[in-house]
Amino acid sequence: MKFAAVATVVLAGWCVWASPALGQQADAPSTVGVTITGDYGYGFPPDASEHGHEMDRLIVIVHWFMGVLFVGWGVFFAYCLVRFRRRPGHQAGYDMIKAKPSKYAELGVAVFEGVLLISFSMPAWTKAKSPPDPATAVNIRVVAEQFAWNFHYPGKDGKFGKTDPKHIDTAINAVGVDRSGEGKDDVISGELHVPVGEAVICQISSKDVIHSFGVPVLRVKQDAMPGMRIPVWFKAVKTGTYEVACAQLCGNNHYKMKALIVIEPRDQYDAWLEKKGAPPKEFEEE
Amino acid sequence: MTAEHHGQHGHHELGWWRKYVFSTDHKVIGVQYAVTALFFLFFGFCLMMIMRWQLAYPGRPLPLIGGLFGEANMPGGIMLPEFYNSLGAMHGTIMVFLGVVPMVVGGFGNYVMPLQIGAPDMSFPKLNMVSYWVYFVGGVVMLTSFFVPGGAANSGWTSYAPLSVIATMGQTMWLLGMVFLITSSLLGSVNFIVTIIQLRAKGLTMFRLPFFVWAQFVTAFLLLLAFPPLEAAAVLQLMDRVAGTSFFIPAGLVVSGQVLPTDNLPQTGGGNPLLWQHLFWFLAHPEVYVLILPGMGIVTEVIANNTRKPVWGYRTMVYALVFLGFMSFIVWAHHMFITGMGTTLSAFFATTTMIISIPSVVILTALLITLHRASIRFTTPMLFALAFLPMFAVGGLTGLPLGLPAADIPLHDTYYVIAHFHYVVAPGTIFAIFAGIYYWFPKVTGRTFDPFLGKIHFWLSLVFINIVFAPMFWVGMAGVSRRLYDQTVYAHGLAVQPAVELSSWAAWLLGLAQIPFIINFFMSIRKGRTVSDNPWEGTTLEWVAPSPPPHGNFASVPVVYRGPYEYSVPGSAREFFPQNVVAEA
Repeated sequence: MKFAAVATVVLAGWCVWASPALGQQADAPSTVGVTITGDYGYGFPPDASEHGHEMDRLIVIVHWFMGVLFVGWGVFFAYCLVRFRRRPGHQAGYDMIKAKPSKYAELGVAVFEGVLLISFSMPAWTKAKSPPDPATAVNIRVVAEQFAWNFHYPGKDGKFGKTDPKHIDTAINAVGVDRSGEGKDDVISGELHVPVGEAVICQISSKDVIHSFGVPVLRVKQDAMPGMRIPVWFKAVKTGTYEVACAQLCGNNHYKMKALIVIEPRDQYDAWLEKKGAPPKEFEEE
Repeated sequence: MTAEHHGQHGHHELGWWRKYVFSTDHKVIGVQYAVTALFFLFFGFCLMMIMRWQLAYPGRPLPLIGGLFGEANMPGGIMLPEFYNSLGAMHGTIMVFLGVVPMVVGGFGNYVMPLQIGAPDMSFPKLNMVSYWVYFVGGVVMLTSFFVPGGAANSGWTSYAPLSVIATMGQTMWLLGMVFLITSSLLGSVNFIVTIIQLRAKGLTMFRLPFFVWAQFVTAFLLLLAFPPLEAAAVLQLMDRVAGTSFFIPAGLVVSGQVLPTDNLPQTGGGNPLLWQHLFWFLAHPEVYVLILPGMGIVTEVIANNTRKPVWGYRTMVYALVFLGFMSFIVWAHHMFITGMGTTLSAFFATTTMIISIPSVVILTALLITLHRASIRFTTPMLFALAFLPMFAVGGLTGLPLGLPAADIPLHDTYYVIAHFHYVVAPGTIFAIFAGIYYWFPKVTGRTFDPFLGKIHFWLSLVFINIVFAPMFWVGMAGVSRRLYDQTVYAHGLAVQPAVELSSWAAWLLGLAQIPFIINFFMSIRKGRTVSDNPWEGTTLEWVAPSPPPHGNFASVPVVYRGPYEYSVPGSAREFFPQNVVAEA
């Protein structure tokens, strides 16, 4: 027993000591020349959304609750292991003890879980699932494909053009928008730009397999289901450049299916949209 | 061998093949299941240890053994993303369907359950043999899939369509393998249910059954009712892949720049990828309880035996168990909160999920209270069983934030989920498996294992398994997705990379920590000290049979007079009353 304990401590210590020494730090994120805003570490990622603090708060409360239960059980557990260990002259008790405290504890767990669900989770979920009137929000279609994100803006007219797979051109028209009608001023981008402080509705869809539109700093995650168009909405409150990650295994290069999300003041956003909406330079020269 | 022989001795002297390979004896089949499952558990663990190199040191060649995997998988020793995805999918599949379930149900269930109910064998011995061999074929198909073009299945153990439908040939093998494995489980479950209902010894009422038998009983119902939908789903997906159907593929897809339908997928449209998820999780959530309930059963047996007192709240535990089994059928969609689910549906599944946590808490609490006023023997199986309690508590409690839809949004599909269910299944169920192996080893072999090696195995495993999984909670909180070949491409992934390295080192050391177990296992089979029929001084019927039990199990048919855990009965000279002992006058 002593040997086992010593060996465990030594090996565990070596494990901790050796792990950084034996491996070099991996390369920095591959998006060259872009600095991702915010400090990242072992806590929550930075929160750039209006609603994110509600989810964070719920997670923190649940963990305090779990911690209290675990420590309570743990103390009783440790007490029993020491107090009721087998030793000469000690005999186990046959009769069942009346365990009122455990009944109260179980009832307490049930009640508290109900409170968490009804008072914390449901309001936050309902809010996340109730997008505002599209007329008052910025509308963007998010079209996922192996292994890229396409962001489709309606352009100046505020109306999305018709899309059809036959119009798809991987270089300039990844979502297959019909340029002849309302789609002529539509903007297609590989970067997601949104104005700060305004409600944004993203309609999530996929061209091929299931992806998931995950933006850690916005506390947003929505699967992109082929054959469906699912709205998700948020209000970003902090400017900066952050990352969109694919959160659902979608194939070989799933791990690098990412895009940048730029949260910027309205004027910069308008300027970006203007620039993106202008016909490509090559066409002008022709 | 002959009819006359049969007449003279009342039983067959079977040839080697019939005795050890195509045996109908539940004990031989149990050992076959257990040995095969242990092999697969080790194999699945090895897959993960290889993956952990890529996770810890992305893009660096795997030292020493990197060249063994071929240029198609690891050119220059550097793992390709497709091989990483194969390893991930197969790790999950093998651990769940080829490792843990065959171990706890096929292995322990087959060996121990008939003994505990005082039966000479299962109700349908030939069916039992068939279910093992169908499982074996399923395992071979899964292993073979590593060698087909494109490698083994690489769409995750969940095989979400349409990715799985357009995936390489390994996926077809995976589906075929699953059909075999599910068929095996179905055959086994029918046998278990009938055996428990029909073959109990005289006097062994349902409420005198050892808790382990109850756990197997409920588990068998889960297998019986949950597996057919997945079997159907697997066949549907197979048809989508090979027969030109389109159950899971919607219209208008554009895959790799090609508009469907194409030559490879001639018929597409009209299907729904969500249908697969519903069918899959309708199985896979009860499956979670298939993984944990027999583990709880084993732990309860070991704790009752080593606390030397009856289990606290036996009836309450049985009711909780049955309730758990029932509820496990109506929580499945909590795996699908972010597929676009609305408020009403998510509220329903969140509510059922909160409700199902209560019976789990009841069982855990009952086992904890059993320790009160006990006389605890810290034997090797007891150490594993005791460690199960806090480990299962961590696994169970961390399910709460995932079951609350709003909290699930940031945590869904992150390492937090990985940590959560591994705490349930790895230091939970797998510790229960080790507890069971050490506990019933003397019954199966007639010999003891070495307790010192057993304790080394326990302490090292306990420490390292926690260093493997605990950091993943923080990695997941930081927002890092699971199933990433290289998480350092993200700022939030790079920031927590040291924790991933730590997990990897702990995983490799956890592998080394299994060496004492492997040595102990093989040494003790051959050289362990021979023991009496009841070395742990247990009360349940398996300890009445000789060690190892002969064909037919019991020297005389046992009759049961009392409940399963009559230890330390006051006013009696005996410390324990086996179930078949007539009360003293």
